[in-house]
Amino acid sequence: MPGFRYFPCTDGDISRMLDRIGAASLDALYSDVPSEYMRSGGYDLPSAMDEQQVREFFRDLASMDPKLKVLVGQGAYDHYTPSVIPYITSRSEFLTAYTPYQCEISQGTLRYIFEWQSLICELTGMDVSNASMYDGPTAAAEAMRMCVACTRKRNTVVAYSGLLPHVLEVLRTYAKYSGVNLVETWDIAETVAEGTLDLAGVIVPDINRYGVIESHKGLAELVHEMGGLLVEYCDPSALAVLKTPAEWGADIAVGDGQSLGIPLGYGGPYVGFMACKQEYMRKLPGRIVGQTTDAEGRRCFVLTLQAREQHIRRDKATSNICSNESLMALWCTVYLTLMGPDGLRRVNELSCAGAHRLHDALIATGLFEEAVEGPFLKEFVLRPLCEVEKLQKCLADAGYFAALETEEGYVTFCVTEKYDDAELDRVVAVIKEGLL
Amino acid sequence: MKYYDRLSIELSRPGRKGFGLREAPAGALDCIPAYLRRESAPKLPELSEPDVVRHYTMLSQMNFGVDTGFYPLGSCTMKYNPKINEEAATALEGVHPLQKAHKGAAAVAEGLDKALAEITGMSHFTFQPCAGAHGELTGLMIIKEWHLRRGDTARTKVIVPDSAHGTNPASAAVCGFHVVEVKSTPEGLVDTEVLKSIVGPDVAAIMLTNPNTLGLFEKDIKEIASIVHDCGGLLYYDGANMNPLLGAVRPGDMGFDVMHLNLHKTFSTPHGGGGPGSGPVGVRKGLEEIADSVKVSGFHGNFGVMLRAYAYILSLGRENVPMAGRLATLAANYIKECLKDCYKLPIDTVCKHEFVFDGLLEPNGVSTLDVAKRLLDYGFHAPTIYFPLLFHQAIMIEPTETESLETLDAFIEVMRRIAEEAKEDPELLHTAPHNTPIGRPDETTAARNPILHW
Repeated sequence: MPGFRYFPCTDGDISRMLDRIGAASLDALYSDVPSEYMRSGGYDLPSAMDEQQVREFFRDLASMDPKLKVLVGQGAYDHYTPSVIPYITSRSEFLTAYTPYQCEISQGTLRYIFEWQSLICELTGMDVSNASMYDGPTAAAEAMRMCVACTRKRNTVVAYSGLLPHVLEVLRTYAKYSGVNLVETWDIAETVAEGTLDLAGVIVPDINRYGVIESHKGLAELVHEMGGLLVEYCDPSALAVLKTPAEWGADIAVGDGQSLGIPLGYGGPYVGFMACKQEYMRKLPGRIVGQTTDAEGRRCFVLTLQAREQHIRRDKATSNICSNESLMALWCTVYLTLMGPDGLRRVNELSCAGAHRLHDALIATGLFEEAVEGPFLKEFVLRPLCEVEKLQKCLADAGYFAALETEEGYVTFCVTEKYDDAELDRVVAVIKEGLL
Repeated sequence: MKYYDRLSIELSRPGRKGFGLREAPAGALDCIPAYLRRESAPKLPELSEPDVVRHYTMLSQMNFGVDTGFYPLGSCTMKYNPKINEEAATALEGVHPLQKAHKGAAAVAEGLDKALAEITGMSHFTFQPCAGAHGELTGLMIIKEWHLRRGDTARTKVIVPDSAHGTNPASAAVCGFHVVEVKSTPEGLVDTEVLKSIVGPDVAAIMLTNPNTLGLFEKDIKEIASIVHDCGGLLYYDGANMNPLLGAVRPGDMGFDVMHLNLHKTFSTPHGGGGPGSGPVGVRKGLEEIADSVKVSGFHGNFGVMLRAYAYILSLGRENVPMAGRLATLAANYIKECLKDCYKLPIDTVCKHEFVFDGLLEPNGVSTLDVAKRLLDYGFHAPTIYFPLLFHQAIMIEPTETESLETLDAFIEVMRRIAEEAKEDPELLHTAPHNTPIGRPDETTAARNPILHW
């Protein structure tokens, strides 16, 4: 039979192994499979490509669509990725390792997870972080379940309607199938203060779906008074400058690490983060890394508090999560280590200045008006006074993905440090040219 | 591997910087009122770029990966991760997930859906789930929805064999089901008599991995399928053990209604130290619309992982897919036969991609943990240990199809040497590993006095 480059065994090796086993053929190793289930007719799949063909296939695929510069956020932000990050994360020792169950030969993975947990605690102000979740929305869903687990017998979680649409969608799914009573509202204080709910928790964002920075003054006290936990969904990049979940009095902080330099990548892989106050540590889902020593007193790191997890507790575990997004946690860890406090602040300053420049210039065209009130950082919405389809088309023709329409008929923009003043002025010029 | 004892924060010096960004205009954040700003800057490390690169390179050198050695970790399918896949993974790097009508993305989703459907005998896959356990949960949501749409609200139970992966009962619990465990027969298979006694109008589904975690094919699958289907339940296939069936047997043909695949196992995408994975869920005809309606992650799932898996399928093609599972099965049976005179093989029969020993034949006080730790000294990753729970000293070995006969023989030789060492010098094994950057850690203190950040 013809060899294949990923299969080292030669025909001779196969014969030798079959002899040792005492089997007549490879198919004889499937004697326990009822013959009606053995696939005899082959598979209707494409013919094998050599490596050059595979490379060309994906190059062609990448060029099927025009490459657009991205001026939209809504949970996926086009921040710059320093060259160091993919270089480090593609090191085989990180990339091709499994979950660090054998800690003696996994100290690299365990140390970067410990660093990630520490960095997430610094950004959020929380006491304890886990090793990562799938993405921001699933982290929010786990936080919702955690509220129920921490408050015992209480089953209602109130979510702010201004959370990003994709976060609300995932919350709805998890609530429906795991039996949580999810209440969505624009007026959190009023809904909670009514006191008619068996309140387990409240979920609010630091920045809402319109880009407006929210104030949560007094909310934690109210939620706690009603017996629930406060969860804040945050943009970790913005936490370099915004009031932290801890400062607002939140009990759990969740969000998506994507804004920490992870490329857009059509939506993934990203990485969720989840951190909480000390008292809820043993209710956290997923893996946690802790520091300890070996017999010779050397500092080392291990997976710890595993009695919460599925491989030990099975149906009594805090969650079913097993694999998380470890490599993407490394991605964010290297990003934060490169940026430091000054770099991350600079990212916010440049994004904020750019967003306000674009916002003001767009208003000045007379083609838009203000839609919502409140301070914003890098993302904002406007009410279009022009035809949205035409607006989007003229932007796309000029190479921009911008002015995505929201459910309410607003158009949303987002500016990161990647776009300088000249670029933003060009965006405005394109709109003027196309619509005026 | 060399011990390196630094954390990034310990390398930090005020004023060092590792970023290269233009200056920001003065007062750029003045538009944000003080009451919305944090009181002090987060204590992030301050390092130069060379510091960062060296630090993480040093960390990586304390890590073992598939590229550095044999990784026979049972139920994890640590096969070679092809490098062309990594190139493919970046094809859509700059594309925002909300960009509509993206032709490239649609071509990947359609092409991969079609290929996976053909390989598994299912009708359609949703790519939303980000890992295997996430796939299980999604699959159970689909099953629950299907029952609900038929107006059948009485199905509150999910049946799970006692040999199942821990994620199975955990996923069922998260989905709001009550878990009913079914005991295995002495031969390690689902006991169909017991199964018959527990099925009824309250059963939503059974979750099975086939071959099971002992590496044994559930040969009564046809009967199991009809027992569950006759009572109105559905069959869920846990694709964690799909590798030996790759190119040989299709879950859809065996009667499974819903299943997930672990693209990071069967379809060669790297595990990344514990993710990102991808757990697409396949459904039989009639469930496609429900599958697409269940929104379980932010956007389109882990698209970068899908691209890698697609590159793998295109590389293998119809010519090589049928060999993958067979060669994995060959390697597992070879190791089993070569070691069963030193290690206790509780169920001596043909296995699929993996098999389970129950410790040493002559343990002399040496535990499975000792054997595992000693393997690290010889440059191999340990097998999965103490799972499945059916045996007290379980050693679960899965070699995959991408190891050479020389590697398998070297592993066998070391396992035999360890069996000899157990007889002659058990203390050497109790205190192993000896050649790794650290020795066995104090896990008790780690859990009792948790230090979880710097």
